[in-house]
Amino acid sequence: MALEKITRVAGRAVHVPGNDIDTDRIIPARFMKCVTFDGLGEYLFYDVRRNADGSEKAHPLNEARFKGASILLSGVNFGCGSSREHAPQALQKFGIRAVIAEGFAEIFFGNCVTLGMPCVTASREDILRIAGAVESDPGTEVSIDIAGQSVSFAGRIAKVSIRESARDALVNGRWDPIGELIDGAGDAAKVAKGLRYMVA
Amino acid sequence: MARTLFQKVWDAHAVRTLANGQTQLLVGTHLIHEVTSPQAFGMMRDLGLKVAMPQRTYATVDHIVPTDQVSEPYADPLADAMIKELRRSCAEFGITFFDRSTGKQGIVHIVGPEQGITQPGTTIACGDSHTSTHGAFGAIAFGIGTTQIRDVLATQTMALGKLKVRRIEVNGRLRPGVYAKDVILHIILSLGVNGGTGYAYEYAGEVFDRFSMEERMTVCNMSIEGGARAGYVNPDETTFAYLKGRPYSPKGAQWDAAVAEWRAVASDPGCAYDDIVRISASDIAPTVTWGINPGQGIPITASIPDPARAASPDERASIEEALAYMKLSPGAPIKGTKIDVAFLGSCTNGRLSDFQEVARFIKGRRVAPGVKAIAVPGSQGVGLLCAELGIDKVFRDAGFEWRNAGCSMCLAMNPDKLVGDQLCASSSNRNFKGRQGSPTGRTLLMSPVMVAAAAVTGSVCDARDVFGVSAN
Repeated sequence: MALEKITRVAGRAVHVPGNDIDTDRIIPARFMKCVTFDGLGEYLFYDVRRNADGSEKAHPLNEARFKGASILLSGVNFGCGSSREHAPQALQKFGIRAVIAEGFAEIFFGNCVTLGMPCVTASREDILRIAGAVESDPGTEVSIDIAGQSVSFAGRIAKVSIRESARDALVNGRWDPIGELIDGAGDAAKVAKGLRYMVA
Repeated sequence: MARTLFQKVWDAHAVRTLANGQTQLLVGTHLIHEVTSPQAFGMMRDLGLKVAMPQRTYATVDHIVPTDQVSEPYADPLADAMIKELRRSCAEFGITFFDRSTGKQGIVHIVGPEQGITQPGTTIACGDSHTSTHGAFGAIAFGIGTTQIRDVLATQTMALGKLKVRRIEVNGRLRPGVYAKDVILHIILSLGVNGGTGYAYEYAGEVFDRFSMEERMTVCNMSIEGGARAGYVNPDETTFAYLKGRPYSPKGAQWDAAVAEWRAVASDPGCAYDDIVRISASDIAPTVTWGINPGQGIPITASIPDPARAASPDERASIEEALAYMKLSPGAPIKGTKIDVAFLGSCTNGRLSDFQEVARFIKGRRVAPGVKAIAVPGSQGVGLLCAELGIDKVFRDAGFEWRNAGCSMCLAMNPDKLVGDQLCASSSNRNFKGRQGSPTGRTLLMSPVMVAAAAVTGSVCDARDVFGVSAN
């Protein structure tokens, strides 16, 4: 199957500030009682967006001016904790297409790439500059050039970076590896035959 | 050339290099549970794929199982649907399922070792970040997402970039009352919650040489809380003795061949590491968290940090955020903080030795009035051993609720949850906001013996004072 070549993600952005935002916060565990990922978008950041009675708390994702934003800005170690793919799935189903942060937790990063959702890192100063531009004009278009590793916004440009294996997978349309892995099945079986514990 | 265990296991399981430079890595052993696998089976059906090596995947049910109800249907229809879905998928794809009726069910990271499925020199993947637990045996074990579960089911491989290796040596002797849990909490607060990003941790030194397998598992379990996707201990006689005679361990001549291989897979003397960190065992105190991530911990004798004295604006902001959520006062001693709930269990500290050690101290004591205390064995096997040794009775006599096996209040996907802003002394692994089932619930992580001390006194305290003995 041919996958989309994700060379650029452009759209409006929303800043969810904070460091060490964990996947329990992105999608609380009680919403994982499901057998499909459908409908997870509505529970994104649920407990920091809603009170116990369901009414809205003050949160950037609840603000009308940021509705429709497709690029999320955040801090250090975004997506730490649980390996739950429900977290990137909830982001994606909510409408997020890319995340710019100061850093990402390993498992979360890999899960996002496999869904074709780029996670790029930028310096704090640049993230705050983008956030500032978005704050003064929520309609600001933020455009991430995945291939060239830069982000443009409000007439400015800043550097972003992404691990080479992920950049390659996204821009060449091979971010879902299943086809390639199936192609290697024969080789995998040979390696398995050489391992005592896999034969016994 | 001298190689680390990580490098040897990686080399033995590398199938080929993929177009993007990642490695197609053979996953020798795949473990699954009910929460992160149903969507993967759905993808398999949608794509018309078969499971490549069904004999290399093992399933159990842990996250959603009620610990006070065995019969089905479960009171929670969503939980009931999930267990039935896993049962259906295992039957359809020919996967061994340690269901509750088998007597072998439990938390996936307790069941694998207990059954002898977890072995040195292997690669192990599971849709759960605490898969690092299995590294205690000298396996390279890591958590994966659901789409990767599909990859492993369909091909027994996955795409992965190689990790760097940091050796963490803990030398000397732990002081009395200091446990494996304190060792890993200390490592995380020293290196940070993201200090391990991009690394596998190799735990070594005199403390790990002396540790039992269960203690090694407690440390490896929380590697991910320090950002390291995998953590391991080189296999040794302790490892082999643990594995001997377990249901899935090699038998007869196979056993001897296996042990020879396992010895050889340990890191070579003189091999190079990407980083080495040395910690003195005597610097580690009984440790307790006060904040909203596992790196926000202090020795039990210390005071809650004051944001006014933070080293950086970032640290100040994170202390302020944590204290506002935790409703704790800066500068106050952590000792004396009143608790509402005590939870003993989880893949971190839900093994026989955890309950045995606590039982030594709570015999003849009572849980403080107003405290709800629950003890949840990590597997049916652990529960059975506790019953044989009379440990369950010690807990019940002390006023603990003794439950059936599962993840329970570690992540509260079952009915075991905090209510409102209850504060819980917990032997689990995460103190994130809302982690234990209430959006305003508060968690203090600590060793099982510290949880027991908090349970019997009603507040966070130094177990060494409460139990008045050298606790090791």
